[in-house]
Order: sequence, then C-alpha cells, then structure tokens
Amino acid sequence: MSDQVASVRQLASAADADSLTAEVARLIVQALNLEIAPAEIAPDQPLYGEGLGLDSIDILEIALVVSKQYGVQLRADSEENGRIFGSLRQLAGYITAHRTK
Amino acid sequence: MPQFLSDVRRLAHSFPQCTHVLNACTDRYHFTVGLAAALISGRASLLPSSQAPEMMRQLGAFAPEVICLADEAEPSHGLRCMAYPSERIDATSDDACSTGAASRMPLIDEAQLLAYLFTSGSTGTPLPYRKSFGRLIACVREQARRLDLRGAQRWAILATVPPQHMYGLEASVLLPLASGHALCAERPFYPADVTAALERLPRPRALISTPVHLRALLASGVALPPLDLVLCSTAPLPQQLAAEIERRFDARLHEIYGSTETGQIAMRRPTQTAEWRLYPGVSLEPEGEVSWASGGHIEQPTCLQDVLEMTGMDSFLLHGRATDLVNIAGRRSSLAYLNHQLNSIPGVEDGAFFHPEESPSGSHTGIERVAACVVAPSLDAARLLVALRERIDAVFLPRPLVFVAQLPRNGTGKLPLSSLRSLAARAKSTATT
Repeated sequence: MSDQVASVRQLASAADADSLTAEVARLIVQALNLEIAPAEIAPDQPLYGEGLGLDSIDILEIALVVSKQYGVQLRADSEENGRIFGSLRQLAGYITAHRTK
Repeated sequence: MPQFLSDVRRLAHSFPQCTHVLNACTDRYHFTVGLAAALISGRASLLPSSQAPEMMRQLGAFAPEVICLADEAEPSHGLRCMAYPSERIDATSDDACSTGAASRMPLIDEAQLLAYLFTSGSTGTPLPYRKSFGRLIACVREQARRLDLRGAQRWAILATVPPQHMYGLEASVLLPLASGHALCAERPFYPADVTAALERLPRPRALISTPVHLRALLASGVALPPLDLVLCSTAPLPQQLAAEIERRFDARLHEIYGSTETGQIAMRRPTQTAEWRLYPGVSLEPEGEVSWASGGHIEQPTCLQDVLEMTGMDSFLLHGRATDLVNIAGRRSSLAYLNHQLNSIPGVEDGAFFHPEESPSGSHTGIERVAACVVAPSLDAARLLVALRERIDAVFLPRPLVFVAQLPRNGTGKLPLSSLRSLAARAKSTATT
C-alpha cells in the first residue's frame, strides 16, 4: 500500500515538474517575444549561447519575470552556479526548489 | 597601494616577448593590474569591443606578437594566452619594499599610448583607436571634478559594465585610479547580486551602470540600498526613469555621453536638465544626421552618429541616432558592419539587417533587437546563426531572422526600410498560417 502511495506521489510530482517546465517555457517565449512556440523548447537543450541562443540580456529579462512570478531571486553564486540556465528543466528545477509564490 | 604596485611590477616582469597585451580579464582588479603592468613596461593594451572569434583573430592580425591576458588560461582563437597569476604574493615580501622602491609611483609620459580600443568599421575590419595616457587622465579628472569626487573622502565604486569598454575603462578603472578611490573587482549581474555587493561597500559609494541594468534593478523587487552617486551611460535615460532612480537609491544620478572613439565628452544631471554640457575644449559641429566632435581630450576629429542640437557654446540636446547606428544594451555597431559580416558567410547570397517596427513588448529591460532578411537557399537558421556567432557579438543576432527568396532592392540596388519591414511581416504571417 505504501509503495503505491509512494509511486503515485512520484507520478504526481513528475507531472508537476512537467507542467512547471511548460509554464516556464511559456514565460520565456512571452517575455522575450521569441518567434517559436513554447513546446519547441526542448527541456534539456541549453538556453544560453548555442541551443536556444539566448544572451545575457535575455537572462536578465528572464530573471526578472521569474522573480515576479515565483518570488525567486537568481544569484550567480548559488549552488547551481552556471547550471540554472543549462536547460529549461534545470531552470524549472531551481524554481521548484526556491519558489516562494 | 603598495600591494597594487607590487602586483603590477611582478606581472610586468612576467610578460613574455610582446609589444601588445590583449586584456580579457573580467576581474576588474586583474584587469587594472594588467593594464598598468603593460603601461609601465611600454606595451599597449588591446581592448576589444567583443570577444567573437573573428574579432579575436583580427586582433591577432593587427598585432601578431600579442599576448592575451585572462583571469584563467583558456585556448584563445590562435592567440598566445597567459593567465593572471593565481598566487597572491604579499607586497611586504617584495624585495623592492626594503629599498623603498615599491612605493615609488611610476611616472608615465602623457603622450604614452595606454591602449587601442576597437570599434566595428563598415568594412568589417575592427578599427583601432589610440588612447594616450595623458588625455585619458585629463578626461577622467574632469569627470571626477564634475561628479564631486575630488574631495578628501575615499569612495567605493562598483560597476556593472566591463572594463574593456570605453565607459567602463574611464569610470570604473581610470577614474578610481586617478582620484584615489577604491574600485571593486567584482562585476555583479543579477539584481540580487548587485544590491548585495553594494550593501557590502562602505559609504560614500557609487554605482556605475547602464539603462538596462538600472531598469532591471528597479523592476526586480529587491530592496535597493542607499547610495551616494549613480552614474549611467550608453543610452539616454527618459526623464521619468531618471527621477525614479534618484528616488529609489536616494542618490544623485549623472549621465555620460560619449563614444569609443572620443571617450566621454559631455555630462548632465537628467533630473535637472535635458541639456548636456561638453567637456573643456571639446567642440561639436552638427551636420545633418551626424555630428563632428573635436578638441579637448579627443584624439582626432570624430563623426558621431547622433543628431545633436547646440543650445549654447558648450551645451547641446540629443535628438536621436542616425539610422545606420545599432545600439543594444550599450554595445554599438552599425548596419553596414553587420551586413558585411552577414554577406561574408558562405551560402548567403544576399542579406540585410534592419531595425524592425518598435513593438510594445513590455520588456523590463527596454531592449530592442535588430532583425535580418536573408537569401540563403542552402542554409537553415541554425547553421546561419552559428556562422554569425563567429563574426558578431551575440546581442546583434537577428530577431527575427527571416529567410526570403529575394530582397526588395529598388532600381539603384538600395533597400528601402519600409520594404524590408513589410517583407518580414509577410514572411512571418505566411509562416504562422
């Protein structure tokens, strides 16, 4: 019985993670006025530089919308240093861990 | 200061054979030591406007014996590279200290060349601009005087701008050096990091920044620490934003106007006046869409791509940029340069960058990107962007990038802006249907 509860919980949090990832993708596309659909951002594709091709100004813009939406202040010296924008999935993971909204 | 001089001398002695040093340090202290070490050993520093691979290669062509100095050794586009020494050696262990030589300030001839700064020329090759030590120091001394930084107090100065760009070089490196203030090694990026770094500084403290970063700080929701001075440059601030910055930081805000070629040439306090006041000896001659600047500390007469209106002997209003000019987040280029780079890519038959319609994006940072239409049947967007990244700074990558069958050139081969814009709009609507 507890195994089933545990795996239902895992499924539920995986589903949450997926929906947050999709939500963050929408936020990025909207904030940066990108010409692609949110679903086109592959979850493990690098966001910065090659990959999605964002630059430091975009990163700043995303940091602002993320702080407004989720109450998370991005810091360069946080433990995930350099990896927050490694991919959409990593960004969503960071938000999950630190969100206050 | 003895530590600084000791670090400078040590680094100067460790340069290999070279007459130029490409200073790519991101740590502002390392950068300053590197700059000074080159100066006292008779070497000129090369300060590039971007670190795009093609730019670095061209600097290697400009000065084949150049050594690239960086915080850490990394492979650097075929250039010889050296890392800033990681081992800190205390000044008191310096032999020179015992003879008193360590605290003797090196004297530099004012005609000595401190650095070359580079801009993007319309031919696609970076253009070098000589900066002599004396003129730079005269300029930043005037800057300090106008900002009221020449008193006995030692200020702490933090900047969000890189030391390689003209603005950062003057305000965040040379001004502190010339006027006895403390510069901060770090260059914080996220609003939370900028405010944390500011809070750690003793008063009086100053922030050197740009409209992009200042907007971000105001929009971030982070508590802003009280400051004693905010300096802004790279694009003019709207009056309302200037007033909000002064209010939220409880500090006076001054703006600098200038260029890589001329250095800073005018200043204003935007909450008091829209007029800019020229630096001593500088004169401006508006000529249609451009203005010629010369005199004072300016090395040579320079054409500025801005529409200026003189309002007095040494005051002017800024009306707008020339249509060829591209300024994104303080990085400057020209459509001519970008077009040259685009058309040099194998597979591109014809291509043109342009300013798209201003769209109300509600962006927090107020950035407008540059767009491009391209005829390149054998390329896709991904490959084209990779090729562009080699040649131009990432901020200038086109948004949107539109592939078309043909560019709407008129009879004389020119590309009317309105035609480019409607072509892009049609291509976009076709793609989404």
